[in-house]
Amino acid sequence: MTEPAAPLLSVRDLHAYLGPSHVLQGISFDVPRGGVTALLGRNGVGKTTTIRSLMGLVRPRGSVVLDGAELSRLPTHKIVGRGVGYVPEDRDVFAGLTVRENLELAERNGSARYDLVYELFPELDERAEQKAGTLSGGQQQMVAIGRALLNENRILLVDEPTKGLAPLLVTEVARVLERVSETETMLLVEQNLGVVQRIARDAIVLDAGRVTYAGSTEALLSDPDRVRSLLGVAGGAH
Amino acid sequence: MDTFVLLTVTGLALGAMYFLIASGLSLIYGLMGVLNFAHGAFITVGTYATWWSESKLDAIGSDPLRFVVAAGFGLLCGAVLGALVEVVLIRPLYQRHIEQALVTVGLSLALIALVQGIWGPTERIYPTPKWMYETTSILGAQIPNDRFVEIAAAVVTLGALTAFLRYTRYGLIIRAGVENRAMVTALGIDVKKAFTLVFAIGGVAAALAGVLAGVYFGSVDPNQGTSLLIFAFIVTVIGGLGSIPGSAVAAVAVGLIQQYANYYASSGTGDLAVVLLLALTLLVKPGGLAPKVAH
Repeated sequence: MTEPAAPLLSVRDLHAYLGPSHVLQGISFDVPRGGVTALLGRNGVGKTTTIRSLMGLVRPRGSVVLDGAELSRLPTHKIVGRGVGYVPEDRDVFAGLTVRENLELAERNGSARYDLVYELFPELDERAEQKAGTLSGGQQQMVAIGRALLNENRILLVDEPTKGLAPLLVTEVARVLERVSETETMLLVEQNLGVVQRIARDAIVLDAGRVTYAGSTEALLSDPDRVRSLLGVAGGAH
Repeated sequence: MDTFVLLTVTGLALGAMYFLIASGLSLIYGLMGVLNFAHGAFITVGTYATWWSESKLDAIGSDPLRFVVAAGFGLLCGAVLGALVEVVLIRPLYQRHIEQALVTVGLSLALIALVQGIWGPTERIYPTPKWMYETTSILGAQIPNDRFVEIAAAVVTLGALTAFLRYTRYGLIIRAGVENRAMVTALGIDVKKAFTLVFAIGGVAAALAGVLAGVYFGSVDPNQGTSLLIFAFIVTVIGGLGSIPGSAVAAVAVGLIQQYANYYASSGTGDLAVVLLLALTLLVKPGGLAPKVAH
């Protein structure tokens, strides 16, 4: 009998505060190696705060272990240096910099994967000298994802990548993330259950700052009652 | 006509000094959100370090060379003080903006008191090469040569800062950091190194303004930096926090308006005209001419 593989990311008893608000109230979960794990929940339950805590952008209490190394007390730039890529909610591209400069800024260790980024998003190559602030929302999302993919990551934290995008772009972003997930482990915050069903093998559901479900995405989404009670939406992916 | 030319060149020279101070203030606020009231101390240190070291450099026979070497020492002192202020005083108070402002006010007061304690509160004659006191005739106006040096120093500084921000890795980090500091760190960049560098650059530019202010006024006193700093703050706000080109345009406007109002209205109205310009700018463009700060 073989032992299950150790998780890539292990979060234990994580607490985080935003001002006086106790947003994360001791969450614990694992992210297995390879594939996509979706982080789900209603609005305001702490999904983005979880991602920001893992990144050190919100200072958490508790334990975050990546491949055996504790991250929770490291500053953000060192967490990234350990191989954590980040695509923020709302993209956060640098509007005054060109597309090329946005990508250059993300370069680490002199092994930038421009070939991969331009293969996934040929438009970024064509618009390299355009100011990122003048791009459409979908193009800005390409910059945000491209920036994270420029370096090899042990884990990629992606926060609502399809938020506010047109349906065609949602499909395009999902296709890119699916492709990326073939080589990189991903923790994905996503409201679109169709995208989740398509690319996420595992799911974690948060409610009121606590983990209420951790298991397979298929088992979660195939149970309409569970979807309704945990996510507050009509059951089944769409 | 000759009076107008003299006023214009003098206004540009004054604006040049305001720009040198405001550029550092603007970058520091833009990147770190710190209102650095100790910037006046950087000016004072630049002025006094130049004045003091010039008197110790008797071995150098040539007056201009002695002045240049002394000024270089003044700039070095400005850079070191700037970096030290960031590392020792600002960094431990990271994101505590009120405490940061208070500590920079305290440092400014303490440094002025220290200078007064060592060299006294009275004005001292500033050592200036003879050529700078001589004049050059332009359209009938006799312009003191130091005005050209001040304008040239600001233009070179503007060019150097622009090139640094546009073509270097640290310049890229600073431009990005002015927009969204947290996201810069989320790309794996230790933004604190950029903080120290920006303070050092601000220290050098302010010290250069101090060196040139000594030449412009012909003397040095412990409060010179503080009085220049007030107008530099106004320039920074008019230009837009975080914007170097905005600071340059605003500095020229403030320097010229001050000179014209003092002469064509009545002496002393220049300061009032500058405050009116500030109020007008804030009414029409609350973020200043070219705001860059988003965080």
